[in-house]
Amino acid sequence: MTRSPDAGGHFGRFGGRYVPETLMAPLLELERAYAAAQKDRRFTARLKELFRSYAGRPTPLYFAARLTEHAGGARIYLKREDLCHTGAHKINNVLGQGLLAERMGKKRLIAETGAGQHGVATATIAGLLGLECEVYMGAEDVERQALNVFRMKLLGARVIPVESGSRTLKDAINETLRDWVTNVRTTYYLLGSALGPHPYPMMVRDFHAVIGKEARRQALAALGRLPDVVIACVGGGSNAIGLFHRFIGDRRVRIIGVEPGGHGIETGRHGASMTAGHVGVLHGCMSYLLQSDDGQIATAHSISAGLDYPGVGPEHAYYRDAGRFEFVSITDEEALEGFHALTRLEGIMPALESAHAVAHAIRLAKTLPRSKAIVVGLSGRGDKDVHVVANSLGTPVESGP
Amino acid sequence: MSRLDAAFSRLRAADERALVAYLMAGDPSLDATRALVVEAARRGADVIELGVPFSDPIADGPVIQRAGQRALAAGTSLARVIESVTAIRAEVSVPLVMFTYYNPVLAFGLKAFASAAADVGMDAVLVPDLPPEEADPLRAETDAAGIDIVHLVAPTTPPARARMVTARSRGFVYVVSLTGVTGERQALPPDLGAQLKALRRITRKPLCVGFGISTAEQAAAVGRHADGVVVGSAIVRLIEHQGTSPSLVKDVGELIASLKQPLRAPSATSAKTSTESPSTGRR
Repeated sequence: MTRSPDAGGHFGRFGGRYVPETLMAPLLELERAYAAAQKDRRFTARLKELFRSYAGRPTPLYFAARLTEHAGGARIYLKREDLCHTGAHKINNVLGQGLLAERMGKKRLIAETGAGQHGVATATIAGLLGLECEVYMGAEDVERQALNVFRMKLLGARVIPVESGSRTLKDAINETLRDWVTNVRTTYYLLGSALGPHPYPMMVRDFHAVIGKEARRQALAALGRLPDVVIACVGGGSNAIGLFHRFIGDRRVRIIGVEPGGHGIETGRHGASMTAGHVGVLHGCMSYLLQSDDGQIATAHSISAGLDYPGVGPEHAYYRDAGRFEFVSITDEEALEGFHALTRLEGIMPALESAHAVAHAIRLAKTLPRSKAIVVGLSGRGDKDVHVVANSLGTPVESGP
Repeated sequence: MSRLDAAFSRLRAADERALVAYLMAGDPSLDATRALVVEAARRGADVIELGVPFSDPIADGPVIQRAGQRALAAGTSLARVIESVTAIRAEVSVPLVMFTYYNPVLAFGLKAFASAAADVGMDAVLVPDLPPEEADPLRAETDAAGIDIVHLVAPTTPPARARMVTARSRGFVYVVSLTGVTGERQALPPDLGAQLKALRRITRKPLCVGFGISTAEQAAAVGRHADGVVVGSAIVRLIEHQGTSPSLVKDVGELIASLKQPLRAPSATSAKTSTESPSTGRR
């Protein structure tokens, strides 16, 4: 059932390359460079070594005994991407693409970021490889993720607040694409989610696929069999496709993506493009989008900046329509409950993005017997979100640097 | 013969270059757009590009982004733009090209869009985020409805690809002058002449150059190599400044006339523009 995209980057009717002509030749060049790198043993060996010695892979699969007891049903295991260097899964993709940019002779990296995790990861790899780095970030996200903004600056990147549109991740991607159209000859666009024009969705998936490969092997070792369910949060869907991909062929493993339900689907203030969206084209690919009847892209809402996006990666859309992936939504409030539960019971503070997956795992575990096992993608750690959580409790902490 | 083909044949026969004028439909209102199109055609625009506002215009610079936001705030949609063309077409015979991102077209429905656009008298559609590789579904419908799809070539387009793009483009070929988004520039790329020369070897279709051209001097320079010159942001910026001023239509007309003047045939220029100021262009 697993498939690669066709030559034009299509997963069924999704994906593709819907970009201005200026970017077509550079995207074709990127696709060739990526194919060549994959065949180059030095490239793959170097990436593997950086995964091990720099990113801290493999990340553990942790049995959350107290969380399991609290839910009172199926056993919950956490795939600990929060333990990766820089605090989230994002490092996997930036190591891969960073090495590719270096191989292509590009001296300047640009990236979009929502929560700031991808921006921090990109700034990190830019430092490691000695490349110039500029990160576009929605002005609203700059405000709510002040800690990550400061981290990027410490790492030597320039953070450019984007004031247009909804001032979040969507607008940051618009502005990064405009920069790339302008500086395409010297600049590498290090896209951080499993979306955008081909080959990005495929490439980002490939670099994150290590998550699912490890989790599958670790689950087999821990359980003596495959898990019954794998769960991950889905904004653009990079950590989710990374965790899910290796399990697609395992027909008896349920695969569930958790979308941001915001204030609730019925309020219209959410980011659940699979649940409430329609097929359309945004940022270079065809997928499910939140949009008006006349095709204007809607503003998403989520308490978690990393999920605050009106679209979703095209491969997710494909497997949704194929009936292989299920999608559910978790509200802001439920995500906060998941955050507190994991923090109190396990001493693990998850990113608010990941807290959506935790919340659904708790909900689902309650309905299943203890003989069942759930693997949750814990995509990032929650330090960056502490002040958002504090605000939600009505006890703001002093703002960061 | 389509209106676009007829227009370019007439201009070529007269040794004249086309002025392609871009207007954002619905900025400041669809009524104003109708008046602006009529005036632009009267003052020398040979082709009108009618922009459809979109929430996420990745190919556009700040000036056209702001115009799109104003148009959306005024309630403009693709459906209302198409509807408004009926009244425009009743007053002008100038070729009309719709400039729209793909998502509004998808939401409208490809077949419904093509037949509605043809019915109201649109001549072509240009979709900046729809390269030829992805255009087959739309092309099937526009072909059936009898309107053209204009494709773009960019400075990054290699020769083999330019051959494919120009072969599929109909009406004219839109030559993007620079790597970047729409908007005025101080200077045009020095290799533009060479880029156009290379394209001439590949295609005989009319070449219209856009992105970055805002003054009559720039139009004149580009007109030496191209069949047409597209001006967008300079016109849209004037509309932004004038807003609902009573002289809006007249002032835009003056700008159009000044941009068209250097594109007229050398022999015709003195006769047709004798009443106008010799000073051209906006600074």
